[in-house]
Amino acid sequence: MRLSSKTTTLLALAALIALAPLFFPSSYYFRVGSLIFVNGLAVTGLVVLTGYAGQISLGHAGFVGIGAYACALAPVHLGLNPIAAAVVGAALSGGIAWLVGRPILRLKGYYLAVASLGFGALVSMVLANEAQVTGGPDGMTVPDPGLRALLKSAGLDLSNSAFWYAFSGIVLVIGAWLALNLYHSPTGRALRALHGSEVAARTVGVDVAGFKLRAFVISAFYASLSGSLLALQNKFITPDVAGYMHSIELVTMTVLGGAGSVLGAICGAMILTTLPQVLTVFQEYEQVMLGLVMMLVMIFMRDGLLPSLSRKIRGRGK
Amino acid sequence: MRLHTTTTALGTLALVLGLAAPAIADIRIGATLSETGPAAFLGDPEAKTLKLLVDEINAAGGVLGEKIELIVYDDGGDPNKARTFATRLVEDDEVVAVIGGTTTGTSMAILQVFEDAEIPFISLAGAIEIIDPVRPYTFKTPHTDRMACAKIFADMKARGLTKIGMISGSDGFGASMHKQCLQIVGDYGIEVLADETYGPSDADMTPQLTNIKGKEGVQAVLNAGFGQGPAIVTRNYQQLAVGLPLYQSHGVASDGFIELAGASAAEGIRLPGTALLVAKLLPDNDPQRPLVTAYKASFEAATGKPVSTFGGYAHDALRILVDALNRAGKAEPQAIRDAIEATSGLVGTTGTVTMSAENHLGLDLSAFRMLEIKDGGWKLVE
Repeated sequence: MRLSSKTTTLLALAALIALAPLFFPSSYYFRVGSLIFVNGLAVTGLVVLTGYAGQISLGHAGFVGIGAYACALAPVHLGLNPIAAAVVGAALSGGIAWLVGRPILRLKGYYLAVASLGFGALVSMVLANEAQVTGGPDGMTVPDPGLRALLKSAGLDLSNSAFWYAFSGIVLVIGAWLALNLYHSPTGRALRALHGSEVAARTVGVDVAGFKLRAFVISAFYASLSGSLLALQNKFITPDVAGYMHSIELVTMTVLGGAGSVLGAICGAMILTTLPQVLTVFQEYEQVMLGLVMMLVMIFMRDGLLPSLSRKIRGRGK
Repeated sequence: MRLHTTTTALGTLALVLGLAAPAIADIRIGATLSETGPAAFLGDPEAKTLKLLVDEINAAGGVLGEKIELIVYDDGGDPNKARTFATRLVEDDEVVAVIGGTTTGTSMAILQVFEDAEIPFISLAGAIEIIDPVRPYTFKTPHTDRMACAKIFADMKARGLTKIGMISGSDGFGASMHKQCLQIVGDYGIEVLADETYGPSDADMTPQLTNIKGKEGVQAVLNAGFGQGPAIVTRNYQQLAVGLPLYQSHGVASDGFIELAGASAAEGIRLPGTALLVAKLLPDNDPQRPLVTAYKASFEAATGKPVSTFGGYAHDALRILVDALNRAGKAEPQAIRDAIEATSGLVGTTGTVTMSAENHLGLDLSAFRMLEIKDGGWKLVE
């Protein structure tokens, strides 16, 4: 039963990603789709941190920024392939998360939220101000990793948008699979235990600080990879990705869809990514709408959209 | 149990896929502009100008006998959103040409989309990187920061000011202009003795200005920046009684700047601006006079706001496009691109545009007028 629920989630996700293109009237939808997957990946990391471990980070865009700029800078300065640069970026993000999180996660309460807020601001300031390295607020170009050319030589010629749709879709499914595996692993159980009660978890022998740190580092990996994916498909990057608003967007997506469920959070990413596209006419009111949606969800569906809705449907079935 | 979750997810997806497909129409021109967000003061007049002019053109019978349909998206200054809208304009709206990219960041993020799709794109952003190196389908209307620096340095040289202090904003505009100015300052025999910066939201620049004032031998000060920063610099400059000639950038060439800084503090400031700003002061035989007077009148009548240089950039972009459409004789991207590149002697609000295969901007230094603020208004120097 436990295994099958995980498998259904993954199968549903894979089927959605694979079948959605059948309904796409133009390749612009591939672009929106791949943005959903990029945000979905970062949000999956936040499910581990917020949904499993109960910690809030308000600076995850900082890790997105590190991942994105790694893909832009490492090829130029270290001569790495951009894909290898994404791995370096993830390692760097994980390392920084470990350094930042280690002292802070020993404390209880809102310290992580505040510290990560500062960290996010720091990263975006460095990216904007160190213009000789990062190109400053005008941003810099990201080299092509050559994956598409590789596929083409193998006989599979995909359009740019379709390729990145497929690539980020696959990365997202792998990311979701790992996160779902984690949920049922001893680490996942420890995280959920400390989410419920830190005192109780410590009593049964859970290393609270250690596990919180692990969740923070894992979520930093996810955010960094999502930044790399974004940089690689946009081939251009500006410090906006590391901005405070992006951090808030990520948290909103997680909470809106349901922080406790991977599929729910990805749904949150989907809604908040497509909303600005659907509501182009109401662009001026976008922030107002986001705020309103957020408040309504928090008041009426505290577990998030997907878990609350599915519970309602289940309830009616009885 | 999880199955219900899946049904819900499928339902949400179905909802999302309900994005409406646009109807087929005449000549379709797209734009992605920063109407909201930090660059709204640039993007808002640009969007208003485009809508206004397209209405005027359609009322007069359109272009090539067909009406223009303008599709404008607001990217909020976010390059990632701009890129999505650019893809949407190309793939979904199937436009024949695109105007936009209010900021350098958004323009650089989207130009590759149009290069790949082989659709002509006219950017409204300042940086020289957009057209240098020249890309086949990318054009732009605003002068580069380097041209503003050149105009300022030429004026300094003429006044015998050879040792200057610089104070620059650390935002995109300030950083870019700072870099460009330092690259060419040597060509004019001018030396930068002091080089200070301030953040985009700083509320006081007294320390930086005190440093510049304390530097032995400084004869003039150049402030590279836009937004509220230069207004604060100007007020602090008066409070500190620096007393040296102050130069501002083309980024603040608007009446709003004089209002913000105060007429007495702004007195005597020089800056490079476009003919649009001083429409009334232009001599009768100036080729730009009829055009800028007409645009100023219709923009101010329609919006109730004073014209800005930025709206002028959009005005010129549309004018270049319409001119190219007329010469191409058909609304096909390739033909439009070739016609834009062949633009010659076209008078716009920023200057007279003559493009070539090596020059996708087509403006020279004469496009800039050196202006001085006098009694709360503008005066032409020269």
